[in-house]
Amino acid sequence: MAESVLTTKPKGEVVILRPSRGWISLNLKELWTFRELVYFMTWRDIKVRYKQTVLGAAWAILQPLINMIVLTFIFGNLAKLSTDNIPRPIFTFTALLPWGLFSKALTDAGRSMLTNRSMITKIYFPRLIIPLSSVLGGLLDFLIQFVILLMMMFYYHITPTQAVWTLPFFLLLSLITAFGLGLWLSALNVLYRDVGYVLPFLTQVWMLLTPVAYSAKTIPLKWQFLYAINPMVGVVEGFRWALLGAQPPSMTMLWISFFISVVLLISGLYYFRRMERTFADMI
Amino acid sequence: MSDIAIRVDNVGKYYRINTQMDYYPTLRDTLVDMAKMPFRVIKYGLPTSHETIWALRNVSFEVKTGEVLGVIGRNGAGKSTLLKILSRVTEPSEGYAEIHGRVGSLLEVGTGFHPELSGRENIYLNGAILGMKRSEIQHKFDEIVDFSGVEKFIDTPVKRYSSGMYLRLAFAVAAHMEPEILVVDEVLAVGDAEFQRKCLGKMSDVANEGRTVLFVSHNMSAILRLTRETIVLDKGKMLMRSPSNEAVDYYLSSGLAMEGERRWQAEEIPAGAAPFQPIAMRIRNAQGQIAESVRSIEPLTVEVEYQLESAVNDLRVGVYLMNTHGEVIFTSFDTDDPIQYEQYSVRQAGHYVSRCTIPSDLLNEGRYMLGVNASIYRLKRFFQDEHALSFNVDATGAPGKQWLENRQGFIRPRLDWEILNA
Repeated sequence: MAESVLTTKPKGEVVILRPSRGWISLNLKELWTFRELVYFMTWRDIKVRYKQTVLGAAWAILQPLINMIVLTFIFGNLAKLSTDNIPRPIFTFTALLPWGLFSKALTDAGRSMLTNRSMITKIYFPRLIIPLSSVLGGLLDFLIQFVILLMMMFYYHITPTQAVWTLPFFLLLSLITAFGLGLWLSALNVLYRDVGYVLPFLTQVWMLLTPVAYSAKTIPLKWQFLYAINPMVGVVEGFRWALLGAQPPSMTMLWISFFISVVLLISGLYYFRRMERTFADMI
Repeated sequence: MSDIAIRVDNVGKYYRINTQMDYYPTLRDTLVDMAKMPFRVIKYGLPTSHETIWALRNVSFEVKTGEVLGVIGRNGAGKSTLLKILSRVTEPSEGYAEIHGRVGSLLEVGTGFHPELSGRENIYLNGAILGMKRSEIQHKFDEIVDFSGVEKFIDTPVKRYSSGMYLRLAFAVAAHMEPEILVVDEVLAVGDAEFQRKCLGKMSDVANEGRTVLFVSHNMSAILRLTRETIVLDKGKMLMRSPSNEAVDYYLSSGLAMEGERRWQAEEIPAGAAPFQPIAMRIRNAQGQIAESVRSIEPLTVEVEYQLESAVNDLRVGVYLMNTHGEVIFTSFDTDDPIQYEQYSVRQAGHYVSRCTIPSDLLNEGRYMLGVNASIYRLKRFFQDEHALSFNVDATGAPGKQWLENRQGFIRPRLDWEILNA
């Protein structure tokens, strides 16, 4: 081999490798430098999902529609729960949108480390990208469903209220909650495969604790504060308020929800980063 | 200090080995443990039924920018662990290392390839995973496609690719990421000869451009050709670092089993090998004795002893015969024969010996290496050790021995010559 001539100095920065101990920094700056990978991973998840199914994007519409029909029938015709005088199908569908986004994001993020294990054991990139792109992967479905919702609103002659600008906030709240908890679950799933079994159960119970098929007003006043611990209550109520003109969610409850989801996010980030160093060895 | 590309200082890595293999702690176990021994848990942390083994310990070396350093060692010597640490897949348990510049890894080409996506889509995805910017991938896209030679199928899902096409595309992406430091592990063991030439060419290009290469291989001739210095690892320790020809000599003469028998220790068997558990590989001479040196004019027997923990379909156990430069002379599997293949389509759990005879008057004199492979064709490789055993062939009494010259070539057949006086 010929003597190589040094023409270029290393342009990248110096990476120090040493055992890390205790709590480590989140290193969000590095996540930013890998932002294109977040985009590509999200794009991959969406693309593969649509390619592998016969109906493809139609599932994004069918799933909440079927759910809506079932829930409308059970809770309208059998349980006869109040809907604040909003037509029941659209009352349910409006709730199913953020709920579907949340439960899919939570489930996908929770499983994400295991589905991507072959990458984790072979190559380095900030691991946070894996649960993050799983959460973002549901947004396209959400957008498609939102168009359907707008069509339904047109059909029922409902115009969005002035508060429609608050929608992105509620959307963000559900994403933060899903991401925060998803971080916890995905990291735990590396250590304990039980998480995979807990997830369907968790989302099922959580849906019952969220006013998807009923109105949050059904819950007695003395339980409302406890109820607000579930951030999805505020999200669902917020969607109905902003789009359908239902009763606004109480600010106190929203603050509790917001606080809870931020705690989940920050604790999740730190827990994930702490566990990250063992992922490649444990998975 | 800018001329140092990699500095490794007393790096070590241990793994916890569960006493039961393939066992993941369940939440229940942890909870039960915590309930049973709350005080113990508070005082000592969770009980560990683990043994630890050091995959790597006290390894220190430096690589200068533009240097091509070879890394050799047996299976389980710690080569992969070292590369995993340097490519940041896993953290060292002790010690310190610094890396100056972007590390490109050819550890596993095609990482993140998705079978449902087309070649084009996979180039973008894989490039991003390898740390390339989108603009960078766009810029090199044509070059990558060109190098891979799959331009006709670039919009076909890669699940329809042949394994060779898949590999070429994957390698093409990895080869074009232009890292300051390139880490190569055994990619050259796969693919056809032409592709291997391409790979080696790309690697020396990288080296000639003044970039740093860490080259792990079992292929001694590639090591000799591409590197000037080589480190030898054994059982997680660094035995030496010296000019490559000395390191290769040392490795071949001392690192390999000399007794005509190779037994695999538990820690040399990767967890992924189950249910195949290799036990030993042996050379027997014509008298049936285990021998390190055999005669070319007598047949010799190669046997592989192994245990199957459960039944395996379509298992094939085979040997590679190589010269000391790692060039393969032949490959043969125990179910090559169609009748055997039918008969052993299912191999039940149990203890087995797969044995074959290498006929007399076949091998030339010299030193040879035997490798072993247990796999299901295209589905799974349970175990592979390219350097399981080495042995000597003595040519006393072989054809042409009346002249004292060294005969060229790996084989020394006894041919029927006719001399016609026409």
